[in-house]
Amino acid sequence: MTQQNRLQSGGRIDRSKPMTFTYNGKQFTGFQGDTLASAMLANGINVVGRSFKYSRPRGIIACGAEEPNAVLQLGATEATQVPNVRATQQELFNGLVSASTNGWPSVDTDVMGMIGKVGGSMMPPGFYYKTFMFPQSLWDSYETMIRKAAGMGRSPLESDPDTYDNVNQHCDVLIVGAGPSGLAAALTAARGGARVIIADEQSEFGGSLLNTKETLDGKPAAEWVRAVVEELATYEDVMLLPRSTVNGYHDHNFVTIHERCTDHLADIAPVNQARQKHHRVRAKWVVLATGAHERPLVFSNNDVPGCMVSNAVSTYINRYGVVPGNELVLMTTNDYGYQAALDWDDAGRKVVAIVDTRASGKGSRAEAARKRGLNIISGSAVIEVQGSKRVSSVSVAAISADGHKVTGSVTKLKADTVASSGGWSPVIHLSSHTGSRPTWDDQIVGFVPGPTVQKQLTAGGINGQYDTAVALKQGFDAGQKALTEVGLSAAEVVLPKAETLKTDAPMSLFHIPHLKPTSQAPKQFVDYQTDVTAAGIEVACREGFESIEHVKRYTAMGFGTDQGKLGNINGMAVAAKALNKTIPETGTTIFRPNYTPISFGAIAGRNCGALFDPERYSAMHMWHVEHGAKFEDVGQWKRPWYFPQGSETMQQTLDRECLAVRDSVGILDASTLGKIDVQGKDAREFLGRVYSNAWAKLAVGKCRYGLMCGEDGMVFDDGVSACLGDNHFLMTTTTGGAARVLEWLEIYHQTEWPELEVYFNTVTDHWSTLTISGPNSRKLLEELTDYDLSNDNFKFMDWKQMKVAGVPARVFRISFTGELSFEINVQANYGTHVWEKLFEAGKKYNLTPYGTETMHVLRAEKGFIIAGQDTDGSVHPYDLGMGWCVSNQKPFSYIGKRGMNRVDCVRPNRKQLVGLKTKDPKAVIPEGAQAVLDPKEPIPMTMIGHVTSSYWSANLGHSIAMGFIKGGLDKMGETVYYPLANGTVIEAEICSPIFLDPKGERQNV
Amino acid sequence: MSDLNVMTPAEMAATKAAVMDQVPGSEIQGQSPLHHADLESLAKQGPKQGGIHLREHKLLGHLTLRCNPENADQLAAAERVLGVALPLQPLTSAENGDYSVRWMSPDEWLILVPGLEAFEVESKFRDEMGGHYSLVNSSGGSTVLELSGANVVELLKKCTPVDLHAKQFPVGKVVSTVFSKSTAIIRRTGEQRFELVIRRSFADYIWLWLQDASREFGLVIEA
Amino acid sequence: MFHIYCPHCAEYREEEEFHAAGQAHIPRPLDPDACSDKEWGEYMFFRKNPRGIHHELWVHAAGCRKFFNMTRDTQTYEIKEVYKIGEQPSVVAE
Repeated sequence: MTQQNRLQSGGRIDRSKPMTFTYNGKQFTGFQGDTLASAMLANGINVVGRSFKYSRPRGIIACGAEEPNAVLQLGATEATQVPNVRATQQELFNGLVSASTNGWPSVDTDVMGMIGKVGGSMMPPGFYYKTFMFPQSLWDSYETMIRKAAGMGRSPLESDPDTYDNVNQHCDVLIVGAGPSGLAAALTAARGGARVIIADEQSEFGGSLLNTKETLDGKPAAEWVRAVVEELATYEDVMLLPRSTVNGYHDHNFVTIHERCTDHLADIAPVNQARQKHHRVRAKWVVLATGAHERPLVFSNNDVPGCMVSNAVSTYINRYGVVPGNELVLMTTNDYGYQAALDWDDAGRKVVAIVDTRASGKGSRAEAARKRGLNIISGSAVIEVQGSKRVSSVSVAAISADGHKVTGSVTKLKADTVASSGGWSPVIHLSSHTGSRPTWDDQIVGFVPGPTVQKQLTAGGINGQYDTAVALKQGFDAGQKALTEVGLSAAEVVLPKAETLKTDAPMSLFHIPHLKPTSQAPKQFVDYQTDVTAAGIEVACREGFESIEHVKRYTAMGFGTDQGKLGNINGMAVAAKALNKTIPETGTTIFRPNYTPISFGAIAGRNCGALFDPERYSAMHMWHVEHGAKFEDVGQWKRPWYFPQGSETMQQTLDRECLAVRDSVGILDASTLGKIDVQGKDAREFLGRVYSNAWAKLAVGKCRYGLMCGEDGMVFDDGVSACLGDNHFLMTTTTGGAARVLEWLEIYHQTEWPELEVYFNTVTDHWSTLTISGPNSRKLLEELTDYDLSNDNFKFMDWKQMKVAGVPARVFRISFTGELSFEINVQANYGTHVWEKLFEAGKKYNLTPYGTETMHVLRAEKGFIIAGQDTDGSVHPYDLGMGWCVSNQKPFSYIGKRGMNRVDCVRPNRKQLVGLKTKDPKAVIPEGAQAVLDPKEPIPMTMIGHVTSSYWSANLGHSIAMGFIKGGLDKMGETVYYPLANGTVIEAEICSPIFLDPKGERQNV
Repeated sequence: MSDLNVMTPAEMAATKAAVMDQVPGSEIQGQSPLHHADLESLAKQGPKQGGIHLREHKLLGHLTLRCNPENADQLAAAERVLGVALPLQPLTSAENGDYSVRWMSPDEWLILVPGLEAFEVESKFRDEMGGHYSLVNSSGGSTVLELSGANVVELLKKCTPVDLHAKQFPVGKVVSTVFSKSTAIIRRTGEQRFELVIRRSFADYIWLWLQDASREFGLVIEA
Repeated sequence: MFHIYCPHCAEYREEEEFHAAGQAHIPRPLDPDACSDKEWGEYMFFRKNPRGIHHELWVHAAGCRKFFNMTRDTQTYEIKEVYKIGEQPSVVAE
């Protein structure tokens, strides 16, 4: 393949390193140093996509982040598909595979193209709102059709083989942009000894200096760039981040940077290397040296491939050695635009005309063009372009001095490229991310950063200063200011001497008039990516949308992945004209992060797959794994759920586990329960204030169950606390509530009762808790300790210190199953040892490991609640039938007392927790089922409560359930009905929630 | 098995705070939170060169002391027990031989001692210190990882948001902070050497994380 | 993402180490039982939602576990000051 638009010499590409790439299935060649866009232009590829709404062919228009059209799909394999890649930012690598994303079935022969042209006028702004709003039920099919036709890229269907990193960074000065001002700022800050990060989205530093032929100190500017970069690299505290887009500027100078580490190397990153990094930077000061984007002018058919912004034309010629056409017509409102014609002329191709919208341009560049004898047509504009897949000719006509009207006759010129320059728009996106509103500057005809509370400095193009000498000086000043602010002394930097160019005032012109009114003229595009035209904006304004934010939403202007970088100002200008206001009166839109699209991979970093969320393990976890446990997530904990044997179903497993505990002995890993060590002379008083029951008289060596309520009186956690010493308690919490309870204790201690002498420390992970439960649990424990475990010596609700299997332990005789139980607490380093010894000794008792599900069934047989399952933040202890766990004799008004005495909490007919016995003993009511009194009542039925816990009880041979019923405690023996979604109704009798051993004899033997 | 201090009811009633030697005899081997990772074998079989070196200091005695930094008697008692004064400057640490003390909070210090000395140190505190304080043995609840090597700062930048620059984080500094999606107590013990105290239940997650995040540098396990 | 100075650790840390714990300076009534339902409801549920200066309670959850107060501008997100529990703010809304 020939690169017909490639120059023989010049540019920053390496002609000795050819690289092949594929675009839409065809192979092409470019060079190392190319972007995908420059390589495509070198090969004369005109059409890179079809437009979103009208399906018009589109070509490359710009050369950087602002490119709206060349948004491609990359990836050689299914797993490496990347949508939304701007060809202008993607470096070429050997073997790159790309495809256009807009266009169905193909960009060159597009079905929608015809429809688009015919239906174009039938798709006014707001079309989607107006047409597809109703009926709602059809939206799905509309959406499918629209999406297919629009085609905005696609995500891969296989998982990404690459890894990504999140990296935390800190610095004194973060410099965004490594053009002349950014480099000057970095050099200054670095020499002053600051910690500096300088990031630039391009593959190499230099910014605009790489795109021009300008000189510094009489030498090519690139030489100064190289010297500065080399010096910066020598500082230990300077981090250079090329290929890194500063994407978000957040509060307190928190800045996110998207670094593409290996995107330029291959389809997949080299082994062990992260493809991209997401840097999370905390900077003391931020210097925005982000430069400016050139605005294209809005004229009829300005989207035909071959229409480009003028500085992109210069960049392709100077940086990549590519002339993107043969015959150029340049239209400009300012002096800077002339450069493209000069560069085009230097490249040896034909400059057909320079059309200056001003009466005359007398700046240095205009003079140079005049000297060369280039054809300059002043006071005129390109009012229309002809061509379909490439510009073929242009219409030029004289316009009025205010730029509102065509005043002369039309001349047609043959050309294949139209470069336009409507002036520059400072890249203020980052400064507006934190909420700062940009300010309009009439002098530079653009928005500049507005006032901010951030520690932010700006330099160069972002301030509307496009002169290299000024940019260098502003960068230097920003560097010095940052040094002073972070407490360092000024640095010595001698700035290079830049060429001084005389520039004339630019003309404030955005929208080129046509012979016909805008509504009838060929389409004049404002936002290429969302196909918003000048006519569309006028329609929006006519229809009453006056706020620019509303115009934006109605027309979709700026809603593309390019955020309207090229189009927004032009759109505001069109709206301003239509509304007869100035641009600042019309307002501006605020840009939001991210500046350019970022891959999900970079955001996720390593937090995916097995590392998506921590899995917390108890000390015995490996034993559980080896013994076939199925696990349940409880918060971040992996808890054994049940231990199936052979081909057992879950229900069979549960039945076996439940029976084993009641018949002999079972063992539960209860280590995940939260444990808080409470010490201090006021520990007891503190417990009395945070639990609803009394703690004043609990003796050393005793345990007690407690309910914890909020100030509203509602139960939020429960657990057993043991009195270890007169000033020493061990509190247990639910597994999921551990962190919350500790913070609860701390906030009351630190903010309300600092005078109480008490300290709280978490010991959840420190203790392994091995609960053996069942009639044989004493016999089992006796085999591993010589401590006297008799009921006389070791009573129910006592705790004792002893050795178990040789390991010092605190054993609590408490029970959550209603059986004789011992909770053995040993230092977690010895948990597995004791666990295994218990199994060695437990063989003859058929010691059965059980998980959380069996625990739930067993406790439900006893009517014990689980906070968070049988409570939902709206029930107080009395609602639970647990008034026995409330002490109103305590002198201190404990947390929850006042709350549960509010009028609504003491009214009759509150929902109360009761037991539910189904008429059909085999029917298990689904948890969450709603109770009604009359199953024949028409829908909506009167619901009087719901089921919170429901199981099949193998021990009892029937189902058991607990649930809330309005006034349930007074309705014992009454019948309620549970109508299910499948039409059946389960009938149940209200009963005590204690289904087994109501006197508690089994645990007290 | 009667060597354990079994107390009479009267003794128990008089107990203000319960202290127990939690370590069994040497015939029973403790298992650190990373026991299942078998770092010993990895140290023998794994690579010997890389930018990150990892070593677990397992089964140490971890004691959390809470007391009043303005109580001179308590400070003196702590110094008598540890042979070094409690660091009172925020985020600093102190060492005396095998004993190391980390400032955790204005009234909290994490003390690491050899595993078999935990009870002895705990008992000494109970003997020496008066007034309102708390001392908690948390040896089973955490373990210590030592990370070192040429790329150690680069690795840690992926794991924690704290600033690790030597000017901000000199040798001896200690912070309790976020570590990937868990937490860790990080202390700098050398220019390219850090100590991490991590919680038992999160140890496997952090171990997986460190293996993943250090891949580009090469991970060497030491034992 | 805020950058928060912890008054106990005496340095700036990232927001992810902290939890916000709601409005500051809401003392628990000393005699709850003497409160009317209305008074108790106001203590429990009613909070300010100002545009501008606001005093909040935060805790250095992953750090020293200490609670402290913060005066913050809810519009600009500027943190005007942090101060310990028991201290009063020096920056207040006009």
